[in-house]
Amino acid sequence: MVRGMIGRKIGMIQMFDELGRAVGVTVVQAGPCTVIEKKKDAKVQLGFEEAKESRLTRPVLGQYKKAGVAPCRVLREFHMDDPEAVEVGQEIRVDIFAPGEQVKVVGTSKGKGFAGVIKRHKFGGGKATHGSRSHRIPGSVGQCAYPSRVFKGKKLPGRLGGVRVTAPSVTVFEVRPDENLVLLKGPVPGSRGGIVLIRKK
Amino acid sequence: MDLPEFRPGDTVKVHVKIVEGARQRIQAFEGVVIGINRKGARTSFTVRKVSYGVGVERIFPIHSPMIDKVDLVSRGRVRRSKIYYIRKLRGKAARIKERVYRGA
Repeated sequence: MVRGMIGRKIGMIQMFDELGRAVGVTVVQAGPCTVIEKKKDAKVQLGFEEAKESRLTRPVLGQYKKAGVAPCRVLREFHMDDPEAVEVGQEIRVDIFAPGEQVKVVGTSKGKGFAGVIKRHKFGGGKATHGSRSHRIPGSVGQCAYPSRVFKGKKLPGRLGGVRVTAPSVTVFEVRPDENLVLLKGPVPGSRGGIVLIRKK
Repeated sequence: MDLPEFRPGDTVKVHVKIVEGARQRIQAFEGVVIGINRKGARTSFTVRKVSYGVGVERIFPIHSPMIDKVDLVSRGRVRRSKIYYIRKLRGKAARIKERVYRGA
């Protein structure tokens, strides 16, 4: 069995759990993924969503031809449990997941642009009133004549978001095999329509 | 969820499922709908009743599985979509006129 698959985040909705409590749930369209290539070390390359042949280069197309599958837009590698049971061209569907299961979800976080230290590093900020003029500034960035420089890695404003983020433990709320949907409890990294990887733990 | 059509000002009886350990029973909550918070699938409505002189309000998500059924007890005529002002009124002033349709 392959230990994960590629999906596209659709958005969040509200569902009710078995106790009738309202839960925020992320809907992910996961798969169906095709096995493109079996790699060494019990790894497998999966493809997701069809790609136009005209958009691909000939060397890449050759890879698909070798596997005998349709070209895919997204390719990612996953581990597999028993390599003998997985064949090239096989389709991986959401039924590999079960409700209640803990998974890792990888996505590209929403880009926040050039962000200050409060948003970027969770600084506390300065006083809002009482004559204070340092509301959202970082404050002191170092010492004095020694070391006469700012240490590397000092938390300062800069680009935030738009990087690969892994949500380490997300609970599967529901699996809908006929619609290729996985409903995950709570939020997952990335914007709507973004590519996410769901990995078994 | 098949709830009857109701509006703010209407009096409804909400039959709520209550889980007590392993047992489940149904309790009715009867009061005036003081507002409907329309948010598509997340729509909820607020029911207010006065219980032993204390105002009690409950908010029910319209799709909540904890709602067994909703009975429309009476229809009231109000001119606002959110009748929060009724919280400050008591006694005779807190009454709501029945909504009647001509010819109906």
